[in-house]
Amino acid sequence: MIKVENIVKSFDGNTVLKGISTEFKTGINNLIIGQSGSGKTVLMKTLLGLHQADEGSIMFDGREFTTMSEDVKKEIRKEIGMVFQGGALFDSLTVQQNVMFPLNMFSEMSEAEKKERVDFCLDKVNLEGKNDLYPSEISGGMKKRVAIARAIVLNPKYLFCDEPNSGLDPKTAIVIDNLISELTREFNMTTVINTHDMNSVIEIGDNIAFIYQGNLWWEGSNVDILNTDNKEINDFIYATKLTRHLKKT
Amino acid sequence: MKFLSSIGKYVLLMFRVFRRPDSARQFRIQVVTEIEQLGFASVGIIAIISIFMGAVVAIQTSYSIDSPLIPRYTVGYITRSTIVLEFSPTIMSLILAGKVGSRIAGEIGTMRVTEQIDALEVMGINPASFLILPKIVGAMLIFPVLIIISMFLGIGGGYMVSYLTDMVSVETFLYGVRSFFLPFEIYYALSKSVVFAFLITSVSGYFGYNVRGGALEVGKASTKAVVQSSIMIILFNLILTQLLML
Repeated sequence: MIKVENIVKSFDGNTVLKGISTEFKTGINNLIIGQSGSGKTVLMKTLLGLHQADEGSIMFDGREFTTMSEDVKKEIRKEIGMVFQGGALFDSLTVQQNVMFPLNMFSEMSEAEKKERVDFCLDKVNLEGKNDLYPSEISGGMKKRVAIARAIVLNPKYLFCDEPNSGLDPKTAIVIDNLISELTREFNMTTVINTHDMNSVIEIGDNIAFIYQGNLWWEGSNVDILNTDNKEINDFIYATKLTRHLKKT
Repeated sequence: MKFLSSIGKYVLLMFRVFRRPDSARQFRIQVVTEIEQLGFASVGIIAIISIFMGAVVAIQTSYSIDSPLIPRYTVGYITRSTIVLEFSPTIMSLILAGKVGSRIAGEIGTMRVTEQIDALEVMGINPASFLILPKIVGAMLIFPVLIIISMFLGIGGGYMVSYLTDMVSVETFLYGVRSFFLPFEIYYALSKSVVFAFLITSVSGYFGYNVRGGALEVGKASTKAVVQSSIMIILFNLILTQLLML
């Protein structure tokens, strides 16, 4: 579980996060949603330590992250898998080398064991037989799946996904969402997903935190969100003609 | 003020760069890769420029000596001195600053804007050390080798002139090349090349690492890396010459 308490983060006098407190539970999909510029990416980067919080605390299973030394932080980061918006695959490495990269850095496995582990992870994301292709030779959906395989290769306790289905068609997006959801339950990870895709919210939103103007505005499940009368949430959910039409019918 | 701030950021980055690598095995592999990519890939351009510059220096020296009081072997002597003391270590480093510096800044800058550096950091890897240190070490090992190749080929260019023309005989040219030789000159040239290798890779790494934005900023960073590396080479050339030659 990741517990966040009163997180404040400012850039050049502009306060982006205004005291956010919440919990991200283990074994379920925790979604952070909000409009562009609401602060959800800053929140995720602060959780990961890519931004230093000005105030507040972040606890990874009881371990205070914000005040840790860099060396201890590095140890916690080895328990974290991250899927970036664009995949962030290393261009010069093949699919296999990308997934094997964390193993090369941190594991004592033999080459055969590493290969077996990579094949297992690629199999989990339905990418068998693509080992020797480079990121430039595969589709956007495949890149996301390689990024997921790389994120889970070290058996992480925590999985962070930054807009994992952005730029994907709705059908592929749902496949990616369900893949993350299945892996979360199978490996009992604490998964935090940053998204503004309503399909993801309805499909896999076990616990949803709605960020509005740097504040935690609302929290609930995918069932709750469809029945709330909170104005800002309804403005966000029913922003398109399609969702408004579906609401009417 | 901005200049001082940049120096401060550069020094802080170097503190992060010179930390123990996260994986010694991976570091060794990277150093070998960088030696191949930064060094061996530059042999072609080094060879072409050195041969032609050596030839031009020999022709110009020969053309300039019109007094019968100055011996003809001076052509070989001046060619060797020019190539060994200044052309190979300094001018070749300036050329490498253009080739290698833009490549480093472009590569690391692109990794920054596509979140690959963030990915390394999240994995618990020190990205500054992981990306920049192998380039610094690789360049410091391979640049002296390139400079030695450049010296041989530059003098070879002068030899070619003596062989193909009647400006100076081959024997006289080679006598000049061997005349007044001080092994210290080689030490001086190689010392400079090691310092320039550090400057090119660290300054270019700094500009690439601190890119913010997109493709346009990566391009600007590459240009800045080449310009700043070149300025640093010129500046340190003066400082090292003062220190080593006095």
